[in-house]
Amino acid sequence: MIQRKPNTILFLLLGLCLVISFLINLSLGSVTVPFKEIFASLTGGEVLKDSWRYIILDYRLPKALTAIIAGGGLAISGLLMQTLFRNPLAGPFVLGLSSGASLGVALLILGAGVFGGTLGSVLASSWSLVLASALGSFLVLLAVLAVTFKIKDTMAILIIGLMFGSVTAAVVSVLSYFSNAEKLQQFIFWSFGSLGNQSWSGIAILATCFILGVGLSILSAKALNALLLGEQYAKSMGLKLKQKMVLIILATSILAGCITAFAGPIAFVGLAVPHLTRQFVKTSNHFVLIPAVLLVGAILMLLCDSISQVPFTDYTLPINAITSLVGAPVVIWLLVRKRKLFF
Amino acid sequence: MQHHISEHIISAKNLSIGYRNGKKPAVIVAKDIDLSITKGQLIAIVGSNGIGKSTLLRTLAGIQSPLNGTIDFLDKPSKSYSPLELASLLSIVLTEAAVSKNLTVLELVSLGRQPYTNWMGSLSDNDNAIILEALEATQLSEIQHKKCFELSDGQLQRVYIARALAQDTPIILLDEPTTHLDLFHKASILKLLKTIAHKKQKTILFSTHEIDLAIQLTDTMIIMTPETTVHNTPCKLIELNIFNSLFPDDFIVFDKITGRFTIK
Repeated sequence: MIQRKPNTILFLLLGLCLVISFLINLSLGSVTVPFKEIFASLTGGEVLKDSWRYIILDYRLPKALTAIIAGGGLAISGLLMQTLFRNPLAGPFVLGLSSGASLGVALLILGAGVFGGTLGSVLASSWSLVLASALGSFLVLLAVLAVTFKIKDTMAILIIGLMFGSVTAAVVSVLSYFSNAEKLQQFIFWSFGSLGNQSWSGIAILATCFILGVGLSILSAKALNALLLGEQYAKSMGLKLKQKMVLIILATSILAGCITAFAGPIAFVGLAVPHLTRQFVKTSNHFVLIPAVLLVGAILMLLCDSISQVPFTDYTLPINAITSLVGAPVVIWLLVRKRKLFF
Repeated sequence: MQHHISEHIISAKNLSIGYRNGKKPAVIVAKDIDLSITKGQLIAIVGSNGIGKSTLLRTLAGIQSPLNGTIDFLDKPSKSYSPLELASLLSIVLTEAAVSKNLTVLELVSLGRQPYTNWMGSLSDNDNAIILEALEATQLSEIQHKKCFELSDGQLQRVYIARALAQDTPIILLDEPTTHLDLFHKASILKLLKTIAHKKQKTILFSTHEIDLAIQLTDTMIIMTPETTVHNTPCKLIELNIFNSLFPDDFIVFDKITGRFTIK
């Protein structure tokens, strides 16, 4: 597509916003740390209070990194699905991906209690949580896609995605009913969504999946551009459709799956961020859109997390509630203003 | 890609088209189709609803496989072409496709260069020159930065045609390019196609319900009736009185002298 248009300014601005929201996120919380001390902690310099260094390095930095990965990754997975399904309403949540991931995690956490304790305790490591969650979302996406091949109507696909969501929710309810209180609480806290309390090894896993997912997305960007014209056009331009679709689905489920595993099902970012980004990125070229959506998603997530910390208080609200509170009005505002959403 | 000069750019022998549906017997839409099409022609495919015009186009384009018979491009079996080779041989224009209207005209037309670009889709000077030429041929240069949702149906149709031109193929297949257009725009699209076919020596096949216009503007026509599929020049087809067998009932009659249908 067009490359001549300089997007440099746009990306510089977005980068700057990311740095600012990153610093704000590190600075705010129950204890406010001055910017100067944040720099000092990050660079290993002298910090006024030892507790500040501890808060920044061991609590807020991992949380901020998780926010960047979760926001960026979910936004990319939303963008990919909107293009793949040629539907502006597509997103990891709407198509039941997050429900699939929830089901995977529910089976792991709750099912372990129902079906036998030893198996559960062996499996409940971070990797198996990621695997269960990614597998859950992958299977749901595969099922939705199988239906897409049969039914060409995108509205029907969305409804089927919602149905998958209901079914998985029902299975989760049944599992919850038979679970003990401790397991149930563990699952419910997971489902609130949380960016905090990640170990560095957990973040390493998350970052690995994230880089893999983003890499696969960028590799599929040319195919995604062709898919903007629909499958038949894409095929007529020599695209190996099936192979590329598998690549796109793999990227989406790795991103949505691993992020949901660690941070819980986070609503609306995947759906809203691509639309928000299209407001100021005046191209449909995925080589521009993917990095732009990543940055906007990361910025939004950092800001949402800063809000959820309720600065200057000891409260921490569920991140899921905040993203919905921010995301839903954005989608409504866009619809009212433009009367039509594009993919 | 160099194409050697051949009399028959498209030929089909004993072609049966239709749909396979799992284990059930295949649904045959049309059969015993024989075609031999030469270069630089504008060809209309005409027939009543459901007769298989779109199925024929889709089968020629390789979107669906034939139930029986063979299709050759430049005297080589269509199956012997790789997807990428086929993409530099024929391009398609689909009116009802779910195309993202958020693309700009230039972006959409540029996508036609996909078969020739690297994994990042970077456009060379040659690519840009071909895109520019396609925009000029379809009179879109002035609106190239508009988004597709801002365009009228007639403009949008020209954008799709420009994309096919940018793909730079000797064959272009169009599925009902004149639907939703008024008489003026129908005629101008067909005239544009005729100019392209003759000037750039492209073989252009399109399905249509505009029989009057097709008789006046095309070089040859493929007439699909329930019994048979005939390919000839409009004059010869009128002589053969084939147009009267197009529709099942006899309250629509073709007048040989005026070249029009009248309703009794």
